[in-house]
Parts: sequence; structure tokens; C-alpha cells
Amino acid sequence: MQITLGLDIGSTYSKAVIVDQEYNMLARFVCPTGHKLKEVANKITKEVLKISGKSMDEISYTITTGSGRHQVDFRDLQVTDLTAAARGANHMYPGTRTILDIGGQTMKASKIDENAKVLNFRLNDKCASGTGAFLEKTAKYMGYSTPEIGSLLNLAKNEVPISGVCAVFAESEVISHLSEGVPPEDIMYGAILSLTKRCVQLMKRAKSGPEYTLAGGILRWEKMAEVIKNEIKHDVNVPAGDLPQFIGALGCAILGHVRLRKLGLAA
Amino acid sequence: MTYTAGVDVGSTQTKAVIINEDKEIVGRALIDTGANVMAAAEKSFAMALKEGGVGEEEVEYVIGTGYGRYKVTFGNKQVTEISCHGRGAAQMFPGTKTVIDMGGQDSKAIKVGKNGDIDDFCMNDKCAAGTGRFLGAASMVLDIPLDDLGGVSLKSEKPVRISTTCTVFAESEVLAWLGKGKKVEDILWGVHLSIAARSIGLLRRIGIEDEVTFTGGVARNTGMIKAMEDGLKMKINVSEDSHYMGALGAALFALDHIFAHRQPIQAGA
Repeated sequence: MQITLGLDIGSTYSKAVIVDQEYNMLARFVCPTGHKLKEVANKITKEVLKISGKSMDEISYTITTGSGRHQVDFRDLQVTDLTAAARGANHMYPGTRTILDIGGQTMKASKIDENAKVLNFRLNDKCASGTGAFLEKTAKYMGYSTPEIGSLLNLAKNEVPISGVCAVFAESEVISHLSEGVPPEDIMYGAILSLTKRCVQLMKRAKSGPEYTLAGGILRWEKMAEVIKNEIKHDVNVPAGDLPQFIGALGCAILGHVRLRKLGLAA
Repeated sequence: MTYTAGVDVGSTQTKAVIINEDKEIVGRALIDTGANVMAAAEKSFAMALKEGGVGEEEVEYVIGTGYGRYKVTFGNKQVTEISCHGRGAAQMFPGTKTVIDMGGQDSKAIKVGKNGDIDDFCMNDKCAAGTGRFLGAASMVLDIPLDDLGGVSLKSEKPVRISTTCTVFAESEVLAWLGKGKKVEDILWGVHLSIAARSIGLLRRIGIEDEVTFTGGVARNTGMIKAMEDGLKMKINVSEDSHYMGALGAALFALDHIFAHRQPIQAGA
């Protein structure tokens, strides 16, 4: 059986996925990227191989994506985040026409066709508001770590307006809310609402329509998907559990098989 | 002797200045604003009084300025920091036509007319890019005290090009450059150049007219002064009291108020 490896070296987290010819995900692994990109690529590859019980020799093709995609020496090919996410989303939800991918340092909205071809896209990579970094900072100002955000959000009862213009300015806003006795969960909820407004604007600019598929690490938090759904007034596809984070890596691994067939190397 | 005070409550630091009737600074204080803005205002005022050896009852009028000016509860009046920086700069450097004020969270370009009046201004109110926070982020990531950043940056021979606009992303870009083996001074000088470029962009929007006076906390940074002078291709005015320029302006407005309301001494009374 032929297997391929997909690596998504993102600004904040690095993800690895192994799939077989039927596009079944055999194993996945994620860890923080840090600043040694080559090392983290080796590490996630080793870990994902260990989980799948395979060895590096058995990998027929490796495709990379993410901001660190050029740093992986053993790759066969690299593709953009948009291409990777389009393929991953198309595999999970074939009806996908819009992908909203919220990463650690970028936010991307893309419009795709039924063959996972990217028709149009808009992205924000200049400013941390509207990305995972905005939520991480907000949580940090209140003394919470990133993994705690999800459970914190579930406690929210009221929404507190957070202007969300700048992740740095948000600090003063958060501090003044805290000093007035506003509970941290409500502030966090306000932060995701403000982020969602940015997402919706971006999607509008990408001129996109249903079906909507959401990707990226912060979609692991149920509340996030719920808020987006309310804001766009339409159902959204959200992969279960931790899968939203792996859409790009999965897309890469699938593209590996497509590539093997094209090269006449498919078993 | 009559005294007045100006208290400039900034996003990051709070400054207080006491001046006498001759417009001379007799006491000054600088502390971190922190979460309790009101307490910071009170504390800085008390410290400035102590430094100047002036009793609180001798201070006839107090003006608050800065983003926390309404928390200066003991103040008689509030004036925006734009007006105060213009006024302070014009007092210290009478030839001032343009002021660039770099604070902890915002940067302002101010066009100053006669007597320190404000003709025009523009500021970054949407985003912290190009403000003191950019340096704060670099200082934290590189583990170099804020006050040493400028000195270190001036040792650079080959600055890196900082491409990020956002202060949050700058942290990771600095780390990424470190990971690529770039020298700390080259990264830092790149950071200074990037802030200078943004500030000069702000200045261009109001028009740059000689003389330019540099105010705000970042004006203490020797690297930033050099980066601004290189970018503007001109000398700029910087004072050791640049950090207190807003507070000084506030104190001067307070003095104006006293003079305007002072009863003329009746002849033969």
C-alpha cells in the first residue's frame, strides 16, 4: 500500500498527516512550531511515523505547506496554504465553496470550485487582529494560556465589546474591563465576536458563498464555530475534534497521491 | 512664588512636572502607569512635589493630559496631549514647526503654529505599529532593557529588514532573525529603521517643516534619534526632558490660566 506524508509548518503550530491511497488518515501529529523550522519538521515526521507504525522508506511522496514549507529539506513538493486547505476541505466536505482558515498569524478566506481549485481569495497577514494571535494575546493579558481558551469560552454569559482594532490596544481594553469586575470569560467571548466580524468581512471580500468550511486551530473551540454561524446566518462545516487544525496537512498528503498518479508512480 | 503642575497620564508611563512662574521646571517625576491609573497620577504628582521641594498648597493650578487625563482627579482642568506636546515643544525649542511624539502606544505628528498653537496633527489610533510598543516587544524578546536598545542598535553595520507591520508579529520576526543567526545589533537597528519609516510616513501626512522636535518617551532612545535624523536627512531637536514634554505643556497651560485670571493690582489700594 502506498502512503504519503503531508506537513503543514505554520507560524504557530506544525502539523503532520499520513494518508493511504484511499485517503484514510492513518496518523496525525501537532506541536508548536518554535523557531527552528527544520527541526520541528523532522520531529513531527518522526512522531507521525511512530503513531502510524510506518517508516520513512514507506512514504512515497511528501508535500509541505505553511509559512515554513520551504524549510523542509526532504520534501518532494511544496504547495501554498490555499491549495492545501482547498484539497483538504474538498475531501472532507465535497460541497465546500468557501474556506475560512484562521491561523496563528494569518486569516484567509478562499472561494473554491467542485474540483478544489481556488477561484478567489483574500487574506490578512499584516495585522494580528483577526488571527489566533489576537485571542492568544487577549488570553495572556488575563493570565490564561492558549489551551485554556476553549473551556473559558464555554463559561461566557454576556458579551463585552472589545474593539479588536489592534491586538496591542486590546491589552488596555482588557485591563480596564477586568478592573471594572467583568469576568474573563465574557471578555474572551467579546474578543472572539470581534474576530468573527473581521472574518465575515474577509469572506465578503472573497465574494464567497455556501457551503462554508472552517479550518484552523482555533475552530477546535465549539464556541468559535457557533459565533461564526450566527454572524453569517448560515450553516458551516466544521471537522470534528482537533481535525480543523489538520485540513492543510491532510490536503498536502492527498495531493501527494494525486501527484503520484500524474507521474505514473501510483501503485 | 506661584507654581503650577502638569500631569501626563500615558498608556505606559505617567509623568508629572512642577514649574514656577518663570516657566522653569522645578520638579519632575516619571512612573509606570500600571492598572490603577488614578493612583499613578497621584503618586507622580507627590513625587514631583517632593523633588521640587514644593508644598501641595503652593501649586495653584493643575492640568491633566494624556489618555488617562480624566483620572487626574485632583486636576483643575484637562487638555489633550496633542496641545500639550505642541506647547511644551514650542517652549523648549521656540523654532519648532513640527513635532513627532512617540509614546508607548501611539505616535503623533503635530504641526505647530505661532505660540505653540496646533495647526494640524495626525496619529496612529488604529494600530500600535511604529510605536514604543514595537521597541518594548523587541526588548522583551531579546532580553535587553528598553534603555539599552538604542545604544546596542548603533553598533549595527548591516541592518536586517523588518518586514512586519504589526507589533505582535514583530516579536516572531525578531525571533526568526535570531534563529537565522543574525546579530542582535543588526536586528535592533532594523527595528529602529522600521519605526522611523512609519513615523516619517505620519509626519509626511501633515508636512515636514524645519525645525522638527522629537518628544515622548522614545525620544530618550539614542538609536531612534539617529534613525529619525537619517530618515529625515535633517537635525532634530531633542531635549533631556523630551519625556516630560506633554506634562510641561500642561503645566504651561496651567500658568496661562493663572495669569489670565489674576486680579490686576489696584493702584493705591
